Amino acid sequence: MTQSRLERTYEEINQKIKQGKAVVVTAEEIVGIVREEGVKKAARKVDVVTTGTFAPMCSSGAFLNIGQSKPLVRTTKTLINNVLAYSGVAAVDCYIGATQTCEDDPLNKRHPGDFNYGGGHVIEDLVAGKTVDVEATSYGTDCYPNRSIHKRMTLSDFNNAILCNPRNAYQNYNCAINRSDKIKYTYMGTLKPNMGNANYSTSGELSPLFNDPYLKTIGVGTRIFLGGAQGYVTWTGTQHKSEVERTPGGTPLTPAGTLAVTGDLKEMSAEWLIGQSIRGYGVSLSVGLGIPIPILNEEMLTYTAVSDEDLFTQVIDYGFDYPEGNSKSFGQVSYAELKSGTIMIKGKKIPTVPLSSMVKARKIADLLKKSIQKGKFLLGQPQHLFTE
Amino acid sequence: MYSKLIILNFPPEVAQKAIVCQLTKKYDLLFNILSAKISNQKEGYMVLELSGTKSDYNRGVRYLKNQGVTVSTPEQQIFKDVEKCTHCGACTAVCPTEALYIKRPEMEVIFDKEKCSICELCILTCPSRAMGLFSEHTETAL
Repeated sequence: MTQSRLERTYEEINQKIKQGKAVVVTAEEIVGIVREEGVKKAARKVDVVTTGTFAPMCSSGAFLNIGQSKPLVRTTKTLINNVLAYSGVAAVDCYIGATQTCEDDPLNKRHPGDFNYGGGHVIEDLVAGKTVDVEATSYGTDCYPNRSIHKRMTLSDFNNAILCNPRNAYQNYNCAINRSDKIKYTYMGTLKPNMGNANYSTSGELSPLFNDPYLKTIGVGTRIFLGGAQGYVTWTGTQHKSEVERTPGGTPLTPAGTLAVTGDLKEMSAEWLIGQSIRGYGVSLSVGLGIPIPILNEEMLTYTAVSDEDLFTQVIDYGFDYPEGNSKSFGQVSYAELKSGTIMIKGKKIPTVPLSSMVKARKIADLLKKSIQKGKFLLGQPQHLFTE
Repeated sequence: MYSKLIILNFPPEVAQKAIVCQLTKKYDLLFNILSAKISNQKEGYMVLELSGTKSDYNRGVRYLKNQGVTVSTPEQQIFKDVEKCTHCGACTAVCPTEALYIKRPEMEVIFDKEKCSICELCILTCPSRAMGLFSEHTETAL
């Protein structure tokens, strides 16, 4: 008996989800299933594979509409809890960026700076339901005469709050070491001198874009888990690259694809949007993000079955090279090696440090799995794919 | 490897004697001076992180006490706010005693208070500010 080639459509999968019949597993679980049952059998059984990642994603922020005042105002400078929000939009719109530092922050004047509060923390405070201080000024016009407003607001007081992140979900990232003889404080964490530690930041086999390496199912309109709510992919992220060296399985060996994502901040939670203080570097926002991968065919299942042993990245020196714009690799390591706790570089055993939380990534993949199983999360069919 | 943070108080009569270096010479201990104020024939103090085997540590501390040095432990302790910790692991890069470590394969960040030398490096390294100082006497965060 010959079996027909497996093909599923988004509609078919969504129909199964609505009926509560969809078979959903996480990107960690699928690895074991494929090892036991093989690709063909697993592809027939599984409809959706869920992924997850939780890490600092600096290119994040939110559009906020602070609402009008009487007399009317067209804000030109807005401070939220003393953090500057970009106000070159009209009339009471602004954009709070995750890496904007607090106005009176001493920064790195005494190196390494603490960076206790910034844009990422404002976003966390808002979703946590805390009251924030909003101060805005203007030069005043005939139509918008007000020059200064000051109010205390909670997230529900804003007309709109839209998380709008231009670069999230990096498909792979460098593993950072420090070959200099001085301690370095970087966005990849504290790096001890003479290769004292190796820091990396990817959830490996759970990472969204490692499970669909050519973005065959991820495009404009793909519905995702974002900050605890349902969000959407709106475009490729900034610095998105697809022409990179890859493994035979298709996953990039260097940083490659990225996503621009958006969602309603009012629906999100402080469990999945956490302000970060990165010593000596600045402030950021840790974002929880997960993408369901539809198993449209065996090919998609093969992609999702990728494991940490098959995923690799490059070890880059942040002591001398990276600041100078050089990206010479001091070795290629697998995520299985990185997660084991030590890697060997130039004959030296180096302890590894993750910056991406596997505990939270796992929880996201699991939450996403459960909401799809319960019929609460339907797949969003991409309206435009980024690949030809 | 056993490691502990201790505070030494030197009475004026022993402040000029070479005592601390004997910890290394006689008892095979490593010391890291975190803070000190010592001057000849005046009372002085020193905050040390002392590392070695548990038995060498005990012998070393006994030696200090026999020399007339008062040995005490800091009243402050480091605590981890389990609600705030995201298990990112950034703290494990700087923790000198492996009191903060990653439990595998769960990839959870664990804080082993027994191994903590109260160096405080984790406090400003933790991006989520989940690590803090706390005083045993007041039982409140400082």
